[in-house]
Amino acid sequence: MRGLLEFVRRLAGSVRRSRSDADLEEELRLHLEFSNERRTGVSAVTQAMDKLRDQRGLPWLDALRADVVFGWRQIVRHRIASVAAVLSLGLAMGAALAAFRLVDAVLMRPLPVADPSRLFVVTRTSLSVDQTFEDRDDFDFPTYRRYVERAREHADVMLLGMAVRRNVVVDGGQPERAVQQFVSGNVFSGLGLQPELGRLLDESDDDVPDRHAVVVLSHDFWRRRFGSDPTVVGRTIRLGSRPYAIVGVVKRGFTGTEPGIVTDFFVPSMMNAEALTANGWSWFRIWLRPKSGVAPGQAQAALQAGFDVDQRERARAFAPDTPKARIDAFFKEQLQLRTAASGASGTQKTFRQPLWILAALAALLVLMACANVANLLLARAAMRKVEMTLRLSIGAARGRIVQLLLVESCLLALIAAAVGVIFASWAAPFVVSMLAPPEQPVRVILDVDWRTLLTATTLTMAVTMLFGLAPAVRGAAAPLIDALKEVRGQRAHRRLTDALIAAQTTVCVFLLFGAGLFLGTFDRLQQRPLGFDPRDLVQIVVDGRRALSGAEWEQLTKDLEQVPRVTSASVAGWSPLSGNRWRSSVTVAGGPIQQNAPNWVAIAPGYLATMKMRLVEGRDFRSGDVPPHGDKTTPPAPGVGIVNQAFARAYFAGNSPVGQRVTVDSSTAALEIVGMVADAVYFNVREENQPAVYIPFESRPGGTLVVRTESSGPDVRQTLRQEVARLAPGMEIRDVAPFEAMVTQQMIRERLLAALSAFFATL
Amino acid sequence: MANRAPAKRDVIQGTLDLMVLQTLESMGPQHGYAIAARLAQTSGGALQLNMGTLYPALMRLEQRGLLRGAWSVTDNNRRARLYSLTSAGRRQLAHDREAWDHMSSIMQRVLGQE
Repeated sequence: MRGLLEFVRRLAGSVRRSRSDADLEEELRLHLEFSNERRTGVSAVTQAMDKLRDQRGLPWLDALRADVVFGWRQIVRHRIASVAAVLSLGLAMGAALAAFRLVDAVLMRPLPVADPSRLFVVTRTSLSVDQTFEDRDDFDFPTYRRYVERAREHADVMLLGMAVRRNVVVDGGQPERAVQQFVSGNVFSGLGLQPELGRLLDESDDDVPDRHAVVVLSHDFWRRRFGSDPTVVGRTIRLGSRPYAIVGVVKRGFTGTEPGIVTDFFVPSMMNAEALTANGWSWFRIWLRPKSGVAPGQAQAALQAGFDVDQRERARAFAPDTPKARIDAFFKEQLQLRTAASGASGTQKTFRQPLWILAALAALLVLMACANVANLLLARAAMRKVEMTLRLSIGAARGRIVQLLLVESCLLALIAAAVGVIFASWAAPFVVSMLAPPEQPVRVILDVDWRTLLTATTLTMAVTMLFGLAPAVRGAAAPLIDALKEVRGQRAHRRLTDALIAAQTTVCVFLLFGAGLFLGTFDRLQQRPLGFDPRDLVQIVVDGRRALSGAEWEQLTKDLEQVPRVTSASVAGWSPLSGNRWRSSVTVAGGPIQQNAPNWVAIAPGYLATMKMRLVEGRDFRSGDVPPHGDKTTPPAPGVGIVNQAFARAYFAGNSPVGQRVTVDSSTAALEIVGMVADAVYFNVREENQPAVYIPFESRPGGTLVVRTESSGPDVRQTLRQEVARLAPGMEIRDVAPFEAMVTQQMIRERLLAALSAFFATL
Repeated sequence: MANRAPAKRDVIQGTLDLMVLQTLESMGPQHGYAIAARLAQTSGGALQLNMGTLYPALMRLEQRGLLRGAWSVTDNNRRARLYSLTSAGRRQLAHDREAWDHMSSIMQRVLGQE
């Protein structure tokens, strides 16, 4: 206690002298007067003064202050070298900080909910074509219902819809895009969230299909769109044709459960009425929180047991001659729980690897900058030999010289860190905007919080040690060695410099190698044949309230073809690169066993021509073609289909498949192959060409219109948007995008990494 | 570039503090030289404190809030910095005395047995 008081007073004494030197000397002089002593004189006073000064303040603090002042003078004196050091260090640290902020925001930061470490997301793991395990975390509602039942004793099971952008009408204005997430009634209580205003959704808001037209707004959307209006509760917004009452605003900080996308409003899952009974319509993730005292493994075991039952049930529907290998693969599927403490999103999946690579590159850059600056300081230390020798010869302790030099380094690092923080605050949002397509902006919460500050501080300390310690120790040691043995000292100095240069070169080579690798990947992707021509091709994603018949869709595309500058139009379930996938297995009598089911998509007549996909053999669809039908309730009915060359290679050993029949495993219906097209991309540009089956497009509410135009500029897209709205009133236009941009977008990761590593390498 | 002060805390330091506090307790406010003279006298010349020991000790006690120092004028009209006990100083003295007595009685008993 008394010791603390002394420390505080001494600290104060260091900062602002409590008693001046003159005051102390006066006291000592009077002491001598009292004692009438003549002999002791000056040296005793000097000695006592030294001790008094040490007692007055904190000697190490005084020394530190002197070092800081001296270090600052050194930095200012060597202005050019200092600026060079600060800039190279600062940029590198800025890059590292920016990388950290991105990694943190997207991958690591825990959700602002109660006890996030006990949140899990259910995933289904299966073997994919290339024998790697593939995770899927999207589920359909009937499955969810079963899981809720099975895990009832062990966990709260929640439904969290995929965040999707859709049109919202506020106050009868123009439709605008906002991000929606469906949630089950237990989500807000399960996550322990509080309302900022009004109330949140509970179970009673989510029990009858189509009955609960209510929304809860995110704090961000409320502030951005409603100007933080305190009377917002009770107002309505229109989604599609229906008004939804705003019942509350969730507390600030919670921005949905998908890092990378900021959710604007939440809707009860019961409002997605038509999806509630649909098998295979996957539109949400299943989250669960084990009940207190229950290990996640218990919940997982309960779900897995049920899953195995489901799998056996499904396997029973297999054709009797289904190969054993396929059944084995089927039973290898597993349900797993992945931690959802930091949320779960497609952005995480897509950018996990590139972000870590980015972070590694930035770390390498910091190392390089450190080596650089260390070299600079070493050179300066050589120049300051005289100064150091002088200091040592008047009795300075070696530790004090190391401290002096480290203080100088620390000053440099601090200034560099300041530069870095400024650079990072600009760079992180910039990288985010580079990663995201304009139609689908990625929004990342990049608040500066204690995690960022902690990282910045740690980084600064580490960097100081990295570039400062070697020159400091060398600086303190060199003078005497040099004085005694000139030659040996120089050799030692040379060795350190050589090591630093070697490190620098290694890092450079590594960066160049990386840059080359990324450029290669990028180039390969760019050179990759897509199988269709993306130039002047526009996709329009539409969604209607009622199903249009095949004939109506055909009429719509015919009408679109009358629009000026449109050369042809057609429609499909979805377009290539849309990230949608539908798989279903088929069996060819006597054909080889396939590990994985082919990709399917429904297309209308004229689609192949509009996309400029090459029909290798056979014919395109025509009006009246039907796909194979049948499920558990209706008997199988045969239909027609078109396959790609990869399909022919896989199932017919490269022989012509046209005219052949295959069996669709799910319905046992026969599919007659009427044509074969060249391979084209399906899921994304990175995926290898896989077997694909195209079937005729039938009656359905939504789809993707593909339109070949004379140019795909913004004006044409605007015209198309208006025309579709006029031709199909009531149809919601979800997206109008040129295919070329979609293709580029798919490669942004590679392009970004290639550009960045090339940039770093040149640095 | 002041070198780090030799931080050797010898045995005397604790006893010196106690002696200074006791001197001020029995004599009232005193200046540094008077304290040193008094200690030399009571110890029969065994304790000769030099300035480099005495004044840092006074400063330390002041920083700990046990003493208060102020410029003043002595009885015979000479300027001096007078030190007086604070109430915390008095408490500390009582505590330290007790501890010392206790310790020395133990020491006596232990040494007496030899």
